[in-house]
Order: sequence, then structure tokens, then C-alpha cells
Amino acid sequence: MRFVTVSGPPSSGKTAVILKTLEHIRSTGKKVGVVKFDCLSTDDDELFRKHGVAVRKGLAGALCPDHYFVSNVEECVQWGLAEGLDVLISESAGLCNRCSPHIREVLAVCVIDNLSGIGTPKKIGPMLKAADIVVITKGDIVSQAEREVFAARVHGVNTKARVLHVNGITGQGSYELSTVWTEGRDTATVEGLRLRFSMPAALCSYCLGETRIGSDFQMGNVRKIDLDLPTGVKTDGGPQELGPMPGTDGGGS
Amino acid sequence: MKHDLLHLTIEGLLSRWPFTQQLLVDRGHENLIDSPEAALSGTLEGPFLAELDEFISGMEEFLGTNEQKVSEVTIRGGRTKDGSDETVRELTIRVGEVVCIVGPTGSGKSRLLADIEWVARGDTPTGRHVLVNGEVPGDKWRFSTEYKLVAQLSQNMNFVMDLTVQEFLALHAESRQAGDPEQKIQRIWNWANELAGESFTLDTPVTSLSGGQSRALMIADTAVLSASPVVLIDEIENAGIDRQQALEILIKEEKIVLMATHDPILALMGDRRVVIANGGMTQVIEPSDRERENLDELRAIDTRMMGLRHRLRQGERLDTI
Ligand SMILES: Nc1nc2c(ncn2[C@@H]2O[C@H](COP(=O)(O)OP(=O)(O)O)[C@@H](O)[C@H]2O)c(=O)[nH]1
Ligand SMILES: [Mg+2]
Repeated sequence: MRFVTVSGPPSSGKTAVILKTLEHIRSTGKKVGVVKFDCLSTDDDELFRKHGVAVRKGLAGALCPDHYFVSNVEECVQWGLAEGLDVLISESAGLCNRCSPHIREVLAVCVIDNLSGIGTPKKIGPMLKAADIVVITKGDIVSQAEREVFAARVHGVNTKARVLHVNGITGQGSYELSTVWTEGRDTATVEGLRLRFSMPAALCSYCLGETRIGSDFQMGNVRKIDLDLPTGVKTDGGPQELGPMPGTDGGGS
Repeated sequence: MKHDLLHLTIEGLLSRWPFTQQLLVDRGHENLIDSPEAALSGTLEGPFLAELDEFISGMEEFLGTNEQKVSEVTIRGGRTKDGSDETVRELTIRVGEVVCIVGPTGSGKSRLLADIEWVARGDTPTGRHVLVNGEVPGDKWRFSTEYKLVAQLSQNMNFVMDLTVQEFLALHAESRQAGDPEQKIQRIWNWANELAGESFTLDTPVTSLSGGQSRALMIADTAVLSASPVVLIDEIENAGIDRQQALEILIKEEKIVLMATHDPILALMGDRRVVIANGGMTQVIEPSDRERENLDELRAIDTRMMGLRHRLRQGERLDTI
């Protein structure tokens, strides 16, 4: 079974692109399915179902959605295999831009849209940086110049990725994307594989449900902004800092 | 390492590959820019040098350094929707040519254009092959941001950036690392003003240009700054823009122009037109002398219609036309 992780900022066109692309794959007689990850709620599963795509959803609720993703991804792969899928897609929105669901040896796709602004490629981090394929959507709305500038910015962040332009509404470019999704290797399990980027150590009292504000309530991995406050303003000596977040473990393979 | 970085100074690096400045800044090495005589080997760490090396390779490929110019694109016929052979077996379009694509909705015009854009190798539903300069082209035409074969201009595009015309063009020129950006910006702006008729200044925000001005700017910008050798135009509305001149600008800048249109004037302005039916190219028509003569009459009709539109706008009645 082909397994593809698709990520990208909210509303960048992930669902639209996946639907159009899977249509082409399905028309060759292959069985396709999607696992949709989100935080609190999603209607995407209904949409996939309506288009005849086998779907499961996972809502992270109070947990960090990316950590939730890694903790469940093997089960998802096993579900896909049990369903007899030829192609399984995971869709997840990059929410804090710090993590990415991309796994070494599993095709990694980042969907990003032309309307999100030319500063976005730089901001969205490992989701884009560690992707094998970058899909740029909503090119129908902007000028040729803006498309070129945006693509150049994407290239500046990830020089190795293959970049495709897909229109999530008309499906232009989705046939081409489908051919790339079906090449490459099969995945029978992700057990033992590794994430392309390590996830941040977000373990502070607020992760555990604390709601009160103030240094007395901050424990664990807390870091302060350096605001350069004038002397005399009370600063928080408070909690112990555990150092910077862990960085990349080496990036794409 | 692909580039001989170890023997270079910071100054040498920046003069040879100016785009590396951004990477130095991004990685917290901006202080080095102020010490131009420092040698890279003593100053930068191995992993960063490796990254720099790869970055330069990527950018060189992106910028198309040392690349051969595209002078023609060939489409080898494939199959129609019912699986029979396409009638037109081969069509070569050269730089400076304008080819119109006509056919009913759903006939396969979009697929033809997509085949060109994807430089089909018999691996699309039509089985067509697309050659660049007579050769089977490599993967770069499919996946790299720079080697996109086709630039697109269509009616529903807008400018979404909050920039003046000057800033906008400068940004595009910068992302293309175009030489002599000032001269290019001037040229685009002059042309756009000629095309649009109603003039605008370089400090006009792009989002406040009129429809005609926006299209004029998009066409002039694509002609001068776009990397793509083929320009696909999806109709040009006959309002606020000199269409004949728009095509001439694209030709002057050595583009291959494809135009999907059902406008008789545009269709007759083309050097040839390809007819699409049932998923295949059925004919390639060269306008006859008769058709060219008719073009003058069509233009006269057009001018008259525009005059009537103008009178309507002025609040006049059209009792006599
Ligand atoms: N104009 C335009 N709209 C698009 C395109 N792709 C997606 N959309 C629209 O953008 C919105 C968000 O798309 P969706 O697929 O739900 O984004 P997701 O949150 O990333 O899954 C929807 O209204 C889509 O119809 C595109 O290429 N062009
Ligand atoms: Mg979605």
C-alpha cells in the first residue's frame, strides 16, 4: 500500500487536492482511503465519504495534534491494510508550524496556497522544509508574477522538493500529481521508521490543564521573551528554563 | 563539494553568487558581510559550507544559468476520447508564433494545454508526447519552479499583494534574479501604459489598478520577467486594452503564444489555429487571405460596438447607431 502524508496550513486546499487526485487514482481501479487528523472538529470526513473514499478521523482534543498523529499513525496504516487499500493518505493541518507529520521513507506532501502571502513559506517550517512534494494551490486567483514570486519563496525554503501547481477546484494539475503519488515504494508498517523532524518538548503546567496566569503557576519547560524591560520593572525570575526546543534530527532523508 | 568555496573570501562569495547573502543572514552570519576579506574556510563550519554548496547548486539550477533557450515546442499526436488516433500527428510551434486553440467546451482544450505544461511523455490520458527544441525534455520541466514551460494569463486573475507597481515589479525581478531590474521595470511600465491607454504611475498600488490596467501590467510583466517560454492566454477581454499590441509585445519578447479563444478577432490574429474535438486535435488552420480581409471588417464592427458602449456610459440614447 502506498502511504502519503499530506500536511499544510488550514484552508490551503488539502482536502480539495486530495479529492481531485484520488479521483484519478480511483479511475484506474485502485482502492483509496484517507485518515483525517484534526483538533476539535472536522467535516472533511463527510466530504470524503460523499465522494466514496474510505475515511477515518482522529480528533486530538486536548492533546497536541502532532503528537497525537505520531501516536496513532501505525494503527492508521494497519487500518488501511485491513481495508485492502492501494493508496492511503493522511491529512493533517499544521497548526503551530513547529511540527510536521512527515516520516522518513514515506512520501511527504505539503499543500500551501498562493493567497497565504509570500512570507508564509518561510514561516511554516518543517512541514514545508521536509516535504518531498510541494503542492501550490489557488493559482487561479493571483497573477502570473505572484505565482512566480511565491514559487521562488517556496524554493528558497526547500530547494529539493518537486513543486507542482494544482487547482483544487478545477483539478488542473491533479492528474499529474496522481502519477507522482502512485510511483515509489509500498509501506507495510511505519513501526521502526522515524519522523523527519523531532517534535518540540512542550511540557509545562499549561499542557496539564493549568489556567491561572503568573509565575507561581508556571512549571516545566517555560521560556520568557526577552523584552528588554527598563530596570525597575518587575521581571520574573520564576521557573527554570529547560533550554531551547530540540532542533531537527537531520531533516529529510 | 561542487563549488570551490574553500578558497573564497566572503566578498568573493557574495560577488559570484549574490543570492547567498540571504542564506548568511538567515543562518545568523550577517556579521560576516561586514568582513569581506575573511576566508570561508576559516570562518564557516563544515555543515554550513555543505549547505551553502547545495544552496548554490539549487539556485543555479533554479535560475537556469547556462541553459539553452527554448525555441520551439512540438506536440506529437496521441488518442482521442474514443481511443482512435488523433488526426493531427505533429504540431511544432516556434518562438514568436501565436497559435489559437478553438473547440467546444469539454472538447479537450484544457487537456491539450495541460499536456504541454506537463511536457507529456505518453503518460497522460491522451498519450501525447511533447518535445522541447525537438528533444524529449527532462524532469526539471515538470517539477522545478523555474523551468515551468507555461505561464498563464486569464481573466479572473487579480493582484493580491499590497504593493505599489514599482515595488511589485521589483519583487518579481528580484525573485527571478533578473539582471538590470531598473531597466526592466521601466520597460514593463511603459508597455503596460501603452496597452492600457489610461495611464498609471509607478507608485500606484497594484490593487487599485482598473481591470484594463491590471491586465496590461500582467501581460507586460509576463512578457519581460516570466521565465516560461510559452504564454497561455485564456481570452483577452476586449475592454481597456489594446489586444493586437499585447500580442506584439509577447512576440517581441520571444514567447510562444497559445490562446484559448472564441473571439473571431483574436482567432484571426493568430498565425494558425488548432481545432479540438472529442479530445483530439482535428485540424490546424492557417487563416486564408479572405479571413485576413475579414479581420479588417471585424475590427470595424468592434470599433463601432465600443463607440456604442462609450455612448451608453455617457448617458446617451442609442436611437441612432
Ligand atoms: N480558487 C481556488 N480555491 C481553492 C483551490 N483549492 C482549494 N480551494 C478552496 O479553498 C477552501 C479550502 O480548501 P480545503 O480543501 O477545505 O482546505 P484544507 O483545510 O487545507 O483541507 C475551499 O473553499 C476550497 O474550495 C484553488 O486551487 N483555487
Ligand atoms: Mg481539509
